[in-house]
Amino acid sequence: MAGRNSLFGPVDPALDAGYADPPPRKGFFTDTSVCIGCKACEVACKEWNLVPGGEDYDLLGQSFDNTGALGANTWRHVAFIEQRRPAVDLGMPGSGPPPVTTGGQQPAVGGLDPLMADEDDAASGLRWLMASNVCKHCTHAGCLDVCPTGALFRTEFGTVVVQDDVCNGCGYCVPACPYGVIERRRGPQGALNVGIAQKCTLCYDRLGDGLTPACAQACPTESIQYGDVEELRERADRRRAELHEQGVAEARLYGHDPHDGVGGTGAFFLLLDEPEVYGLPPDPVVPTRDLSAMFNRATTAAVALLAGAALAFVGRKR
Amino acid sequence: MTATADRSRRPRSRRDRAGDQPVPEAEFTSYYGRQVVKAAPWDERIPIYMFFGGLAAGSSLLAAGAQLTGRPALRRAGRLGSGAALGVSMVALVSDLGRPERFLNMLRTVKLTSPMSVGTWLLSIYGAPAAVAALEEVVRLSPLPADGRPVRLLRTVGRPAGLLAAVTAPPVAAYTAVLLSDTSTPAWHAAFRELPFVFCASAAAASGGLAMVVVPPAEAGPARRAGAAGALVELLAERAMERSMGLSAETLHSGRGGRWTRAAKVLTVAGGVGAVLAGRRRWAAVLSGTALMAGSFCTRMGIFEAGQASARDPRYTVVPQRERVERGEPVRFTPREERRPG
Repeated sequence: MAGRNSLFGPVDPALDAGYADPPPRKGFFTDTSVCIGCKACEVACKEWNLVPGGEDYDLLGQSFDNTGALGANTWRHVAFIEQRRPAVDLGMPGSGPPPVTTGGQQPAVGGLDPLMADEDDAASGLRWLMASNVCKHCTHAGCLDVCPTGALFRTEFGTVVVQDDVCNGCGYCVPACPYGVIERRRGPQGALNVGIAQKCTLCYDRLGDGLTPACAQACPTESIQYGDVEELRERADRRRAELHEQGVAEARLYGHDPHDGVGGTGAFFLLLDEPEVYGLPPDPVVPTRDLSAMFNRATTAAVALLAGAALAFVGRKR
Repeated sequence: MTATADRSRRPRSRRDRAGDQPVPEAEFTSYYGRQVVKAAPWDERIPIYMFFGGLAAGSSLLAAGAQLTGRPALRRAGRLGSGAALGVSMVALVSDLGRPERFLNMLRTVKLTSPMSVGTWLLSIYGAPAAVAALEEVVRLSPLPADGRPVRLLRTVGRPAGLLAAVTAPPVAAYTAVLLSDTSTPAWHAAFRELPFVFCASAAAASGGLAMVVVPPAEAGPARRAGAAGALVELLAERAMERSMGLSAETLHSGRGGRWTRAAKVLTVAGGVGAVLAGRRRWAAVLSGTALMAGSFCTRMGIFEAGQASARDPRYTVVPQRERVERGEPVRFTPREERRPG
């Protein structure tokens, strides 16, 4: 149950939640270096989980991304970024040292850059980044911590799931998430669970039967890999080393570190540029990390209010 | 169609109204300028709830003081005011749920990591005695025979209920600050050190203001003192908050958040000065009391809107985090570290 690192720090989330003998923690390793942007994951997720379509269809003018972002009606989202390379990066004048690992600093020297889509793109210096984003199933999940009804719960697989029949749509989980994943469903009218917080369940219903989540099952390039988090972390480390050997210095892991601001994520990523390029926060922290400090400040303020009110009645009667 | 993730240099906010806030120019990268975190799906009913919740809490405190020091008009105003404000705040709170009919699910668990769960329980613990105390005043004003059993019963429990409401009121005024701060909304989280003081002082100012408006000046001395002190502390705490928030303090100076905050400052200063100078002039008490209440309301609206604006702009999420990383100080757990919240 509640232990030393229950709010921050490395911990096994299922054990910390009170499961006596949980199965290995499950998660995703999304290797964006082999993503081809087919959106099979988006489609498979919607099909399996009965996630309704958007409220209106729109062309966003964001490369091939007309989905926009993760949300109540998008539990997998494929981001498309078109980068000109080699970009001239002059650093960041006036605000600290120039970034060491900013993307676009790897001009292909002799031959093709392995990340260029084809010769035409290589010649024009265009680089495509595609990445399938998903709920991170944090070790310290802000949404789960702040949920007042217990609708959000930790599963035996260490994932975070909403119970649709319990959630009263208070919406608190929405601003709590440091990644902007969970959202209250607004529509379309008549859709299932309108007014209720919705997000990826890591296909909790499939996991129980030993099946692979729909997105990972549908992914044709194994960009989305499902498995035991422990094993996936090792696999991710190997993949990063492999890419570094091939000269892809900008390959980096995101969310794999159990010491980070959310205690590591159950769904983590191999990225080819800074996280914010993909719309991910560069150094996310679960808000509840500071919870005891917040309650202490509030207690002090409440005592001060009580004392102040008493003082207002001191003195001559007038 | 070719679009690239914008690695744009954005100008500093158009007008640097903070003046004393040297914020370094922030270059940052985003995914097509999209927000990273999501804004709370709440509308003005939440700041309205917070205003009335604070008003109710402060009024219960004044009512109890009046009860103990023999000021019947102030007691009556405080109890009735807190009862009415509590009612309004509950309606605002429940109606803003996605599924209002499931409101009672809030009470199916006690969850200390959820400020909303803690707050619901605090509100329930406070609400019962506050409602009883208010009911007693209603009965006193009603033509019901004073020797009837329900009336006698209410009169017996009314006094302890009034005191119990006062003891349980301050947490109700304070927890809403934790409610906002325990989120990834940049401006709300960055304000967590000072926000409880802003909200508690705002509650004192509003309740002092209400009593100044409705209570004869002869009995309203404590209300004037609460109003003036509340206004002063609110202004000081707000100033300290703006200084410690970092980049996201901008949202208290621009856009809708800025307009509400500026209005709050003008009204709170006017109301506070008025509370000091009003003395026994009724018209002055009514004017400054109204200004104090309006100022408190604008404070809640300003902080609410500032937070929403800070969530919608990726700058306020990305830049502080990126600067942390560039400094070589990303947030990492180290065993037995000197926990520096922030």
